[in-house]
Amino acid sequence: MSINRRSFFKVLGVTGAALATGEQLNASPQNVPDKEFYGVLYDVNRCVGCRSCEYECATANNLPEPPDDIEPDRKTDEKHRTVVNEHNTSKGVFYTKVQCMHCNEPACVAACLTQAMYKTKEGPVTWRGNKCMGCRYCMVSCPFDIPKFEYFSPNPKIEKCTMCFDNKVQNGESPACVTGCPNEALMFGTRRELIREARRRIAEQPDVYTDHIYGEHEAGGTGWLYISPVPFEELGMKTNIQKASYPELTKTFLYSVPTVFVLVPALLAGIHQATKKSHLKEEEDEN
Amino acid sequence: MRTNTPIAIEQENKSTWKFLLSELKPKGKIFTPFNIISVPIILAGLVIIVIRFWKGIGSVTNLTQDIPWGLWIGFDVVTGVAFAGGAYVITFMVYILNMRKYKSIVRVTVLNGFLAYVFYAGALLLDLGRPWNVINPIIGNNFGTNSVLFLVAWHFLLYMIAQLIEFSPAIAEWLGARRIRGILSGMTIAAVIFGITLSMLHQSGLGALYLMAQEKIHPLWYSEFIPILFFVSSIFAGLSMVIFEGSISHKVFFSQISEKNHHAQKGIILGLAKICAGAMFVYFFLQVLVFIHDKNWVYINTPMGYWFLLEMIGFVLVPLFLFYQSYRKNNVFMIRVAAILTMLGVILNRLNVTVIGFRWDMPVRYVPTWMEIVVTLTVIFVEIWIFRWVINRMPVLRDAPAWAKDKH
Repeated sequence: MSINRRSFFKVLGVTGAALATGEQLNASPQNVPDKEFYGVLYDVNRCVGCRSCEYECATANNLPEPPDDIEPDRKTDEKHRTVVNEHNTSKGVFYTKVQCMHCNEPACVAACLTQAMYKTKEGPVTWRGNKCMGCRYCMVSCPFDIPKFEYFSPNPKIEKCTMCFDNKVQNGESPACVTGCPNEALMFGTRRELIREARRRIAEQPDVYTDHIYGEHEAGGTGWLYISPVPFEELGMKTNIQKASYPELTKTFLYSVPTVFVLVPALLAGIHQATKKSHLKEEEDEN
Repeated sequence: MRTNTPIAIEQENKSTWKFLLSELKPKGKIFTPFNIISVPIILAGLVIIVIRFWKGIGSVTNLTQDIPWGLWIGFDVVTGVAFAGGAYVITFMVYILNMRKYKSIVRVTVLNGFLAYVFYAGALLLDLGRPWNVINPIIGNNFGTNSVLFLVAWHFLLYMIAQLIEFSPAIAEWLGARRIRGILSGMTIAAVIFGITLSMLHQSGLGALYLMAQEKIHPLWYSEFIPILFFVSSIFAGLSMVIFEGSISHKVFFSQISEKNHHAQKGIILGLAKICAGAMFVYFFLQVLVFIHDKNWVYINTPMGYWFLLEMIGFVLVPLFLFYQSYRKNNVFMIRVAAILTMLGVILNRLNVTVIGFRWDMPVRYVPTWMEIVVTLTVIFVEIWIFRWVINRMPVLRDAPAWAKDKH
């Protein structure tokens, strides 16, 4: 025999390797990276409070221009999708920009019974008026209080930051507030890049920044990420936000629904059958 | 007898229109105290509703961006539906457990439940900003299946249909449609089983709506067990409503109720009191468990803590004790007092979760406008008008016609 034990294993090994690599090649990704959520990194340390972003936002989204003289602690409303507030902190005056956080798993989207609130695959959370019935459950559910409602309109809309999805991001551009920022306090990119950049800035200047990326874990992770020289409660930001996503809170209830729907009718039908006989008896007694 | 039926139906068909027209006319006195009070309020309510659709929800309510749900949701929908829970409890007792004693109150309870859903859930339309899109979750534009509200909306719709089927034999008897009545009453058991399942899920679902508002509701009222607490409390909320409504109906519609059912009334009320006491004991026990589990005692020595104690002691423990005592002492008056206290307690509880405890830390609290209250009263009064109209015409409180006695 020309084939001995050793050469048999050799052939086996080569064939096996060829098969294995062949398979590996077929299974490898075909140069199409998974779509990642886009987001914006907001650096409190770089923001000078010029409010250019507010004006850019109003122009890009056809909203009324923001007021020139401003009160402290403003909130977004049905006419202003973003506001910048001034805060006196332990390290001096700092500014905070407020807008939709574009959560990875948004409460408003889970709340919406018509999917009018919609998490696009690019990351921005948008609102679709042809689906919305104006129930305002998104407003009840959002931990950041972002969706706003036009209470004085017979045809009210829900207003919130859409990360300029329709007019910019969809066409590969950056949101209006980011391009309008003169001091590069805002940076647009995929969430992964932004977290890497935030970590780099914190690591390079540990005495400047607090070691916390707001939005990395808050509410299960958000598209907007904040880094700051002072703790975030000093900037008027919500710090009682849970780390798990908000839709998790209703999961147990919703998962129990199919079980109840299968078991309870069966149980009820069973009890009904079991008590039926005595029913007939009583009827006879009555007659 | 069977051979006569087609002819009888033909004769009925000819006169159905005349019959319906004559039934539309009011029966009884026009200037009763109830009418004198309710008519102006209903008219005012209708005017406010027109303004609401013309100038927006904000023009008649005190709702804000921070408090998007007020009296119309917290009271009309969430509380109203809890009170309508009597229908699923009574149908469970009569059709599933075969407790025949309660059969005489099934129809009036189901009617009450059905009208409550139509009107109180219908009041939801007033609160929707874009009500023309209300059919979207039904027609699939789109199915937001992750939403608790999606579940609640579908269940409202399906349960209304189930209740209509449960009540429909009475409508058929009123119209004298014998054959249709036979078909409809054959569907009752299926509708009852379906209806009880739906009720369990949406009574708890109304509580589950608030699960995502974790940081917004006062911790004494927020827990992951809100759905279970809402479900258990809907049992005694519904039965207290049955006791309350039954006591009034027996006075107002005295002439309609047969001798036999008059005598049965006391036994029914005593039985319901016993069930209320049991359900309330379970509820109180659950509340204590939640209280300990969430370590809530740190909140007790605050104004909201006293408010919580008032609800738990004054409107759960006290009526629980009264129900228990009155059952042992055969005291119907005490049961009625307990039922009223229980209903106040349920109103308090639902409003505490949805309105009073919601954003309790805001500097400006939500207080409904007089217009929101008038609209709420309008909804209630119109419901009572329809209820009275039906009671005076269909065999609900009075016995079914002889031809419709159940054979099976």
